[in-house]
Amino acid sequence: MSETPLAPQDLGRLHLEPQYATARQQAETAAFGMWVFLATEVLFFGGMLFGYTYLRATFPEGFAEAARETHVIIGTINTVVLLTSSFTMAWAVHAAERDRRRATALLLAATALLGLLFLGLKGLEYYKEWEEGVVPGLNFHKDGPNAHVAAMFYYLYFMLTGVHGLHVTIGIGLVALMAVRAWRGGFSARYYTPVEVTGLYWHFVDLVWIFLYPLIYLAGRSGP
Amino acid sequence: MTTATFTGQSEEPAPGSQASYLTAEGFTLRSWLLTKDHKRIAILYTISITLFFFVGGAAATLIRFNLVTPPGLFQPDTYNRLFTMHGIVMVWFFLIPSIPTTLGNFLIPLMIGAKDLAFPRLNLLSWYLFVIAGVLGLIAIGAGGVDTGWTFYTPFSTMYSNGYVVLALAAVFVSGFSSILTGLNFIVSIHRLRAPGLTWYRLPVFCWSNYATALILVLATPILAITLALVAVERLLKVGIFDPALGGDPLLFQHLFWFYSHPAVYIMILPGFGVISEIVPCFARKPLFGYKFVVWSSIAIAGIGFFVWAHHMFVAGISLYAGLVFSLLSYIIAVPSAIKVFNWTATLHKGWISFDAPMLYALGFIGLFTIGGLTGLFVANLAFDVHATDTYFVVAHFHYIMVGGMVSAYFGGLHYWWPKITGRLYPEWWARIAAILIFFGFNLTFFPQFILGYLGMQRRYASYPPEFQIWNVLSSAGASILAVGYALPLFYLGWSLWRGQKAGPNPWAATGLEWRTPSPPPPHNFDVTPTVTRPPYQYRPDPEPQDV
Repeated sequence: MSETPLAPQDLGRLHLEPQYATARQQAETAAFGMWVFLATEVLFFGGMLFGYTYLRATFPEGFAEAARETHVIIGTINTVVLLTSSFTMAWAVHAAERDRRRATALLLAATALLGLLFLGLKGLEYYKEWEEGVVPGLNFHKDGPNAHVAAMFYYLYFMLTGVHGLHVTIGIGLVALMAVRAWRGGFSARYYTPVEVTGLYWHFVDLVWIFLYPLIYLAGRSGP
Repeated sequence: MTTATFTGQSEEPAPGSQASYLTAEGFTLRSWLLTKDHKRIAILYTISITLFFFVGGAAATLIRFNLVTPPGLFQPDTYNRLFTMHGIVMVWFFLIPSIPTTLGNFLIPLMIGAKDLAFPRLNLLSWYLFVIAGVLGLIAIGAGGVDTGWTFYTPFSTMYSNGYVVLALAAVFVSGFSSILTGLNFIVSIHRLRAPGLTWYRLPVFCWSNYATALILVLATPILAITLALVAVERLLKVGIFDPALGGDPLLFQHLFWFYSHPAVYIMILPGFGVISEIVPCFARKPLFGYKFVVWSSIAIAGIGFFVWAHHMFVAGISLYAGLVFSLLSYIIAVPSAIKVFNWTATLHKGWISFDAPMLYALGFIGLFTIGGLTGLFVANLAFDVHATDTYFVVAHFHYIMVGGMVSAYFGGLHYWWPKITGRLYPEWWARIAAILIFFGFNLTFFPQFILGYLGMQRRYASYPPEFQIWNVLSSAGASILAVGYALPLFYLGWSLWRGQKAGPNPWAATGLEWRTPSPPPPHNFDVTPTVTRPPYQYRPDPEPQDV
């Protein structure tokens, strides 16, 4: 990055707030703020993951049995989709750093579209699960000795993927907004903090899925 | 009301200076409700939590009324709703936000020599979330209340309670996000916005304490949020992981709940430590004894505080080994708390002590917190806890910390920084009377409860055996004194807004950057960003204010 003085249009975009001495301080603070927020998010998912771990340790067979019936193909495709979206996101930040306006906007748009694809596949999966009658509380028709364990597994499954899906939805909104702003020339090599911070959030949402995927889809498959 | 209170200032701008934060943005309601100024947001919070303090206090008054006679005045169901309302309002709508959102919001940027917090819009958002949460809570109360106790224990809360549980859960859930955003703002601001020369070890202990608090707010609150969300879904859809009838485990709920709620106990005391660490050196005219120990004991409490939660569950069916570990850890966390008490006492040693109202509150705090802390060791003991669980001994113990400690610290801080916040001095004589009333009223209210608990009186019952009446009457009599003590500041502090003597920038001759700017401060706190060259609390040997 060059240390040339800011052009007037850059200064206008920076919205340097009075509590900051320099644009650099403001940008770094924004990124740090997002990291602290992500720490909160880790614990937010952590509460549910603790519940999952606790119950899986209590009911190992019941959990394995229920997990075997998840849609591993869709789950795997979705993992690929989301990982790819993280790649395009990282590339978008890279492009923004180098002031490549069109590339930034297109890569951000690709990220948002991959996010939508993820949600679409997730919706398909939910639809199948509704048809199968494994939605606890609303449409649940399993019987057998471990039916109540399966109900708890699917309850946690829907809570975890539901909260994750909510995060993906918010992420798509943010990424799309960044794509529009990038297309309109809202960023430059001197100022692309919003893209960077949105990227952090998007990678976090991806990372949560990296934990959910094995816990939900792979847990029961190695056993008999 | 808000605007009216402070527009009184407008007619007399501070001599020889530009407009203060109270006058600069104008006097409209809009200028208050859309402000990004951390000082104005602190005022908004102060008004909101004062309202909730009196709502929670009203419930406490009714509880003490009920317990004057052994059969009780209210139906048990009404009584359940009263103590639940008292607990929920006081914990989430007064104590948790109390010092951080009011004094913390106001003072942290001033103390670190910054013009505002790092994210002013987020700060305003957090107040709005708090208001939304408060309204939800008041609707739940107005609609008929909740009878689960503030702990929302399952399966009672998910299956059997007939109160407005989901509404109350929603209120606490939303207030959690308000807490998280405040904590986030503090952490980031203290890391990123310190003035030149203000190294970590030159930071006032008030900032350190709020930093430690913010760590807990950010890392513990999300657990509460998701746990309450799980309870709400379980109650609405009758599926879940906590109800044994569904195959779930109520202990899982208790683990998750206390994983937040024990650290939350430290949210409700650490900021008080910060206030006391500012007041004691100022009124003893001495540097704080063992600054680094005080600082690191705050961080240690925030850290160890995450690993003691199951001491709330000794009789809930956890294993003996788990009980031993959590008992030991609960003893260990008493060490950093004790370090603080010793350091404040050592600061007093050979000091030039003056007994102004803030100092009376601070000294009261040290005494009450010590009793609360020592009885904490009793209930950390496995054998004694079996005897004391769910008795008034526990009630007395945590009220000594939260009310005797935190509320005293809040009042002490409010008086200490009142001249800075409003530009006016409060009437000293009245303030001392209130401080003394609160100290004696508090002890009369809660000391008998130690005895009641030790004798075996259970908490959360509307009636009790007649032999306990004498102690309950003493306690209720104390509560009436306490009520007068808490109501008094409302009048004389309100009076001082118009009639109080003008305070200069530094009425206490205190150190710290907040005293180096006019009272009330200008909108962006400092005309020139201050530079710090010395450690804090340099009251002796050189009492001169530090150069800025």
